[in-house]
Amino acid sequence: MMDDAPIIIEGLDHTFGEGEAGKQVLFGIDLRVERGSLTVLMGPSGSGKTTLLTLMGCLRDVQAGSARLLGTELNGADEETQVLLRRRLGFVFQAHNLHESLNARQNVLMGLQVHGRGEPGRHHLAASHLLETLGLGARMDYLPANLSGGQKQRVAIARALVSNPEVIFADEPTAALDKTSGLAAVTLLRDLGRLRGTTTVMVTHDPRILELADSIVTLEDGAIVRNETLARAG
Amino acid sequence: MTLILTALLGRLPIGYLQLTHNPGRLMAALAGVAFANVLVFVQLGLAGSMLESVATPYRLFQPGLMMISASGAQTLSDASKIPRQWMIRALAHPDVEGGKEIYLGQAKWLSGQQTSSSIQFIALNPDAVDFVRHDLSTPLSGLALEDSALVDLRTRFIDMGVFENTSPDAAITFEMQNRQLRAVGSVTIGGGFGGDGVFLVSDQTFFRLFPQRSSAAPNHILLKIRPGANHDKVAGELAQLFPADTVRVRPITSAMAEEQRYQMTERPTGLIFAFGVGIGLLVGVVIAYQVLATDVADHIREYATFKAMGYRMNFFVSVILEEALILAAIGFWPGLAFSQLFYMALAHLTNIPIFMTSERAVAIFVGTVAACALSGLMAIRKLKAADPAELF
Ligand SMILES: Nc1ncnc2c1ncn2[C@@H]1O[C@H](COP(=O)(O)OP(=O)(O)OP(=O)(O)O)[C@@H](O)[C@H]1O
Ligand SMILES: [Mg+2]
Repeated sequence: MMDDAPIIIEGLDHTFGEGEAGKQVLFGIDLRVERGSLTVLMGPSGSGKTTLLTLMGCLRDVQAGSARLLGTELNGADEETQVLLRRRLGFVFQAHNLHESLNARQNVLMGLQVHGRGEPGRHHLAASHLLETLGLGARMDYLPANLSGGQKQRVAIARALVSNPEVIFADEPTAALDKTSGLAAVTLLRDLGRLRGTTTVMVTHDPRILELADSIVTLEDGAIVRNETLARAG
Repeated sequence: MTLILTALLGRLPIGYLQLTHNPGRLMAALAGVAFANVLVFVQLGLAGSMLESVATPYRLFQPGLMMISASGAQTLSDASKIPRQWMIRALAHPDVEGGKEIYLGQAKWLSGQQTSSSIQFIALNPDAVDFVRHDLSTPLSGLALEDSALVDLRTRFIDMGVFENTSPDAAITFEMQNRQLRAVGSVTIGGGFGGDGVFLVSDQTFFRLFPQRSSAAPNHILLKIRPGANHDKVAGELAQLFPADTVRVRPITSAMAEEQRYQMTERPTGLIFAFGVGIGLLVGVVIAYQVLATDVADHIREYATFKAMGYRMNFFVSVILEEALILAAIGFWPGLAFSQLFYMALAHLTNIPIFMTSERAVAIFVGTVAACALSGLMAIRKLKAADPAELF
């Protein structure tokens, strides 16, 4: 039977730098992420969470071991394979990374345009609709400079979600937000994910978010020390 | 504007939005592009005016052939003397209908205590009305009157205003080479490399001004060719009649083109213009590069984000080229306007024939676009720093 888990990692190592100066930060990671789940990565600072996320998300070259993302081996994947894979993913960064000279709607449109010209009218509608869903209906023509931190983060989430990605990677998406809007943003990510069957992998320190997770993976010193799958009703 | 560009590009006009988001930088960039444009326009304008002043004396004559001694054949004014018998020989050719001698001489014209202009005299027989431009035939026949001259209204270093309305009935007398000359009309030629102005006189007047010159040794011989005959072919056949390397026979238009080429490629002046154009281009490329590279550096996180989203290199290239083309397309116009003003001021102050031509404007526009695109392509290297792995 074909294994349809979107992320399957086996024996993954990672080293920054080379030779004497090299520093290994990931050691023999084995991990499997189920389709449609919300997986949380946690662990102390410097334990390798971000490094693991960028490797799974095809943003960093895999050096040793195997990482299969959406059925494609990332170890040795060429530029074009990476580009095409990235288009099936969504990223929410700790910093919103919105483009300062594009307004909210234009920033979201960038998430659609990567798939080609499409029908401009339909793109426009999809972006507006999603921003409305996220409570930004009145802010669509605002530049990022005129939005609050929480609003910017929601625009960034809209940009990540608008193209219906198969996997969403988020690294401390709530770090820049206060508690309530942080939780609201993650709830939103999870709900939209559930609705669309999207797989989400998220790094976070926020204990309240853990309650929303299907699976919690704990890293320490570059190795997985705990991997709990939470039984969930429904 | 955004909508138009979106339709045009098939994507959001990121470059346009980015540039207009920072008006201060945009203004500085446009000023830089305009400045570089002015530099190039001025150089090409001066070069053009040189070509124009080379061409003007040739345009005094009807199209035909011109014989010149092979030594000093590069320019109209440096021509060595040639034997007049050669004209007789050339006249034997069935397609040659007539010939006339041209004598050249230089003299100083003291117009005040301090100022003097070096005048290039062009002398030919007043009967040669068929050999000169139509509008000059009547003034030329007027030169049959002893010691009369057509003076050059564009003569440098001298205010020629008083000569503007000279005519055979209202002649103005002036002194040159210790002779009283009468200005009975005027031409508009202007200073070139042979002098500060060109005066036309009859051959007889010429011999009185330059007593050492003999009618047997003109500087050029003009040949009138039977209508319908091929000028190049006749020129080739005539050249066969003379010992090799003694004389050159060319259509007047070729002689003009050759002198233009000579002045542009074999004299330091041409090099100086080329150098000036090069400097202008360099300034433009450097300024545009500076602006585009800074812009890339300022948006490196956004570009890295786009990379993470799956945008390919050609997307970034197209954004930077979009910016480059906007700079070129907008910066060109103030550059053109300033250059036009500069030309007008220069023409007014120095009397040189400097003016805008549409060919030059188009060429510089294309050059501006190319230079900005080049800067953009160089700025693309800065994109290497956009690493999506560093975003988290
Ligand atoms: N680009 C890099 N070059 C060299 N070392 C790096 C680089 N990025 C991370 N590291 C090192 O790798 C180790 C793991 O870093 P990583 O960012 O993955 O940790 P983290 O678990 O995300 O920490 P935090 O919770 O602070 O974000 C750390 O020791 C860090 O110093
Ligand atoms: Mg981290």
